[in-house]
Amino acid sequence: MSYRALLIWLSVLVAALFLGSLLVGASSLGPGASLAALWSGEGAAGLVLREIRLPRALLGLLVGAALGLSGAAMQGFLRNPLAEPGLIGTSGAAALGAVIAIHTGAYAAFALALPLAALTGAGVAVALLLALAGREARALTLILAGIAISALAGALTALVLNLAPSPYAAAEIVFWLMGSLADRSMLHVALAAPFIALGAVIVLRLGRGLDALTLGEDAASSLGVSLPRLRLGVVAGTAALVGAATAVTGAVGFVGLVVPHLLRSAVGAAPSRLLPASALGGAAMLLAADIATRLIVPERDLKLGVLTALVGAPFFLRMIRRIGREGA
Amino acid sequence: MMLLRLDDLTVRRGGVAVVAGVSATVGPGEVIGLVGPNGAGKTSLMRAALGLLAHEGCSSLAQLAPGPRARAAAWLPQAREIAWGMPVEAVVRLGRMPHGGGGTVAVERALARMGLQGLRGRAATELSGGEQARVLIARALAQEAPLLLADEPIAGLDPAAQIATMQVFAGLAAAGGAVVASLHDLGLAARHCTRLWVLSHGRLVADGAPRAVLTPGLLAEVFHIRAHFAETAEGPVFQALELLGGTA
Repeated sequence: MSYRALLIWLSVLVAALFLGSLLVGASSLGPGASLAALWSGEGAAGLVLREIRLPRALLGLLVGAALGLSGAAMQGFLRNPLAEPGLIGTSGAAALGAVIAIHTGAYAAFALALPLAALTGAGVAVALLLALAGREARALTLILAGIAISALAGALTALVLNLAPSPYAAAEIVFWLMGSLADRSMLHVALAAPFIALGAVIVLRLGRGLDALTLGEDAASSLGVSLPRLRLGVVAGTAALVGAATAVTGAVGFVGLVVPHLLRSAVGAAPSRLLPASALGGAAMLLAADIATRLIVPERDLKLGVLTALVGAPFFLRMIRRIGREGA
Repeated sequence: MMLLRLDDLTVRRGGVAVVAGVSATVGPGEVIGLVGPNGAGKTSLMRAALGLLAHEGCSSLAQLAPGPRARAAAWLPQAREIAWGMPVEAVVRLGRMPHGGGGTVAVERALARMGLQGLRGRAATELSGGEQARVLIARALAQEAPLLLADEPIAGLDPAAQIATMQVFAGLAAAGGAVVASLHDLGLAARHCTRLWVLSHGRLVADGAPRAVLTPGLLAEVFHIRAHFAETAEGPVFQALELLGGTA
């Protein structure tokens, strides 16, 4: 399959799953009635479609694309198929911000306090990361700084849980951390969309530099690529993507790790081609997973992050085994 | 027209000058063999010349902005890295990046020069080490810069590929370009280079035609070896013979 055909095929898949996400839900509406209600916006059905299912489908699309794209960028930059977007600590820091907002009860008073706190967390993580990694353009320094920030954010999240005033507050935090697209509003879409768009614009422009990096840092700079600028783009771009995604859905793992890996050989392995393909693939995977949470146990609120991890972890193990065999 | 001018180039690492006050020039038509024992500073010299390493003194290439520099000189690092299993042709085409892509003719020429037409569709990471080395040389050739700097380009290649690569370098020089390549094989250096730079403890201790440079005295002092060097009907033949005592 040619690259163009693959992108078209993925786009069709995303469009179909987006439609599917609009049509599947707790209230038993027929497909025709659902679309009519979405169009007119009238009655209870119109409310369900426009206020519940549309934001959910839009967030699935946006967040999935953000995770797939940032995963492809991170793997390309670190030249490692096991890298994932959370590696530089932004998702952990965003989660910490959200958890603090839940703990303090700020989000009960103001609905957007939670995603805003999460975005602040991601921003602080990026500032800290660049300060820690300094002007040194080496990837290793960046990974080490990212691991340190992730560990710190994880410890602080545990501390907040530890100090939770009641079991209910703790349960609420834990459930939020599992990641979900349920009960989000168009406000969440409006908040996340600009950051995801900004991150996508930054990251999609890095393709050439990431391609050159295939030959190593030295060869890439000799080809005219500015490594410090590339690194800044990767850090800022993935932070905007992952920060916004985490802010509105919580922690959804494995999409950013698995999607680029699934598509790599289909695009001919070039990082520049993997970026748009992974954005589409991530959107498709997240929309599919979110539909699955509604179909598997409709009466219980199965969390999206739980499902992606359940499916993603075995896949990850298989990947490690294969890499181990190839290395042997 | 000079392709590279080094003026008192010095690289310090941890207070030690690993490249110490090297001054030299490279002009069109030259294939320069950069020789010297391990740790003499060959890689540091080339990386500093390209502006990839902090240095004192002056290199005409390092003064250029990244874009023009990438069109003035191609660099083939010693570490042969191909991170992803891209098709051979796509890897070679990375060399066209400084020219904004395109250059199908240049890519084809580079593939042909390194004998890679039959492998063009293969994933580069699935090739043998020697084949990957040829792919990376082809990538540097596709850049079509007047000057090619190569760090041990023929290490690990089979004899045929070694000779073929040196002949490709000679071809570049004949076409008005120049090559600076660090080499450990003094025999190939003597046969295929127009000039040798001998580096010892970071200093350029000799710069001239192979015959004039590879004297028994220099070989003893820098390389601690004794060698046989003869001009034959089939060109210069150099063979290292034995280690000399007191190598410390």
